Amino acid sequence: MSDITATASHFQAHEDHGHHDADHKPAFFQRWFMSTNHKDIGTLYLIFAIVAGIIGGAISGLMRAELAEPGIQYLQVWTKLMGGAPDFDTALHMWNVLITAHGLIMVFFMVMPAIIGGFGNWFVPIMIGAPDMAFPRMNNISFWLLIPAFSLLLGSAFFSGGTGHGAGTGWTVYAPLSTSGSAGASVDMAILSLHLAGASSILGAVNFITTIFNMRAPGMTLHKMPLFVWSVLVTAFLLLLSLPVLAAAITMLLTDRNFGTTFYDASGGGDPVLYQHLFWFFGHPEVYIMILPGFGIISQIVSTFSKKPVFGYLGMAYAMVAIGVVGFVVWAHHMFTTGMSVDTKMYFTAATMVIAVPTGIKIFSWIATMWGGSITFKTPMLWAIGFIFLFTVGGVTGVVLANGGVDNYMHDTYYVVAHFHYVLSLGAVFSLFAAFYYWFGKMTGRMYNEFLGQVHFWLFFVGVNVLFFPMHFLGLDGMPRRIPDYPDAFQHWNSIATHGYEIMAFSMIFFFINVFWSMFAGKKAEGNYWGEGATTLEWTLSSPPPYHQFEQLPHIGDDHSH
Amino acid sequence: MSHALPPQQDRNLRVGLIAAAVALAMLGLGYAAVPLYRMFCQVTGFGGTTMRSETGIAPGAVVGKLINVRFDANVAPSLPWSFAPEKRVARVAIGARNMAFFTATNLSDHPITGTASFNVTPELAGAYFTKIQCFCFTSQTLKPGETIRMPVIYYVDPAILKDKEAGKFNEITLSYTFFPDKSAVDSERAGG
Repeated sequence: MSDITATASHFQAHEDHGHHDADHKPAFFQRWFMSTNHKDIGTLYLIFAIVAGIIGGAISGLMRAELAEPGIQYLQVWTKLMGGAPDFDTALHMWNVLITAHGLIMVFFMVMPAIIGGFGNWFVPIMIGAPDMAFPRMNNISFWLLIPAFSLLLGSAFFSGGTGHGAGTGWTVYAPLSTSGSAGASVDMAILSLHLAGASSILGAVNFITTIFNMRAPGMTLHKMPLFVWSVLVTAFLLLLSLPVLAAAITMLLTDRNFGTTFYDASGGGDPVLYQHLFWFFGHPEVYIMILPGFGIISQIVSTFSKKPVFGYLGMAYAMVAIGVVGFVVWAHHMFTTGMSVDTKMYFTAATMVIAVPTGIKIFSWIATMWGGSITFKTPMLWAIGFIFLFTVGGVTGVVLANGGVDNYMHDTYYVVAHFHYVLSLGAVFSLFAAFYYWFGKMTGRMYNEFLGQVHFWLFFVGVNVLFFPMHFLGLDGMPRRIPDYPDAFQHWNSIATHGYEIMAFSMIFFFINVFWSMFAGKKAEGNYWGEGATTLEWTLSSPPPYHQFEQLPHIGDDHSH
Repeated sequence: MSHALPPQQDRNLRVGLIAAAVALAMLGLGYAAVPLYRMFCQVTGFGGTTMRSETGIAPGAVVGKLINVRFDANVAPSLPWSFAPEKRVARVAIGARNMAFFTATNLSDHPITGTASFNVTPELAGAYFTKIQCFCFTSQTLKPGETIRMPVIYYVDPAILKDKEAGKFNEITLSYTFFPDKSAVDSERAGG
């Protein structure tokens, strides 16, 4: 680690003499394959997340195609393409493989790498005035652990998972389906993939915590940090406390599968419900891990485009802390149907609803930030406002589902699918697109095309609402999730949802055209292209920032606003 | 070694190691959850875990308070036994000492050791269903073709009448499932 500073000063020396840093970047292989630079690693994470997002999004396209009409249309064809037996059971297993892959890819290989690894790596050090992350080489390991993790998950599709090829356990990997119910190497590979992705995230969390505690520039007190940094700090703690529990839980799955232990097997005194408790002790904080950095991003963007500091800064920061803390004591609301006593259900219902309070503080503070502001509706701001609206819709259905009594009826229906896609697919993903447009110029040095960006936003907004809103109706009518077939009565809303997917997919064409066109032919970006509303430290640097920034640490004065 | 590092890296290493230690502690807690969960179930009756009497004395019948106890017997597919209760339902006085019999037959041509897992439903009744003696406390070895009668001595704790949910139950189902005893299978293989 000790040579990093020496190298940094070497580059900075040239920078200080007015030379551009471009000549001094390492050669291609060193730069991208052995990188210890937080901005390059952030870029790698973003590229990785986009690739994983295309795969995970394509899988959801397959699912929507199958669900467009009642009956089984395509599953047997796809099973044959993957080299499986063309019988009906194998085809249904294929469906389980698709839902499992979509969930795992979107959670572990798209949202988390993009929002924490990508934007976190890029902007946390810059926003606190640090030259880099605290442990640059560990940062490199974090990223490169994802490659074998993703390869294992994709590779698992070609090995036996019991009834057919691939791991068909759902993203929750519940025992006994994942133990005695899924013979073959596939589920072992998927579990190992989760181990690696988890290790990557834990190392990343250690890195962020150390960076944020130790590497802040003089004057950058905790209570002056931008809210995005706060959000990543809280997220890092959630990762640190929850992921090891998942690691323990799935290691016990592995030993139950392969080494004859009976942690989750009643015949040896185990209990499969224990797995659910352990999984959701991780799983519930995990949903906040995916959304909290999005909260931070939205705060930066709403403040920038309203040309006002964030309303209620301290309330915003501690609302995230509160969400993180309470998020650890609500896990059993995912298990209301496992036979809990009424008192237990009452506690978990009440605790879950308490989370709506800090979340409401955030929603109202964003609105108060915009109130009376001089608002410009550039693409990032559109995504941010879209986020606030859609996340609120998902939050409201969340409060409905939080009721133990109501959940008896809604559990495992499409209402739940609609709820978590509104908070994640529309919440987390909207914050990702908002951040991408907001910082695109900063990261690449060239501006995105505003027209294409707005077309992308509006088409995407309409598409995902047409896609996910009807799922509320389907769920209320009793359509179960994770089943590829349904009675004819559900066809109407299902075919509309599939058209929504088509609109959403069409909008992505504009996104990719915009990215490639802007990367090579976009207008050159100034240092602070958003003007007076953009007050955080990344806007004091050139676009893109020098390869090594802040060799002279910035000093943050008392009058600094957020 | 640490004295050779510049102060910033020294501080980073300290915070980094503390954070890593926290992660390791959570990993340990994940494993500690297994015995903790078992203890929690045994103490609270969570998940229909029945209680075990230490004194062996039933508190005595509460006059006029009766409840149905239904018996359910299952055998894992990998165990060639038959296993059934002698009586399907017993109507018993709450608090009274009761006895029920189960019979098991080894249908195979070799001795097999089995062990039974058990619970009661509704799960909330677990805290009030107390066993004084049960064949499920130990594993059972049956010779080829052998049939045994196995007793369960139990009582329903009168405290159930004060529980605002479980007090309304009028039937408790006691369920057993016999599995091959994994440790015994290994030793039988080693021996034979």
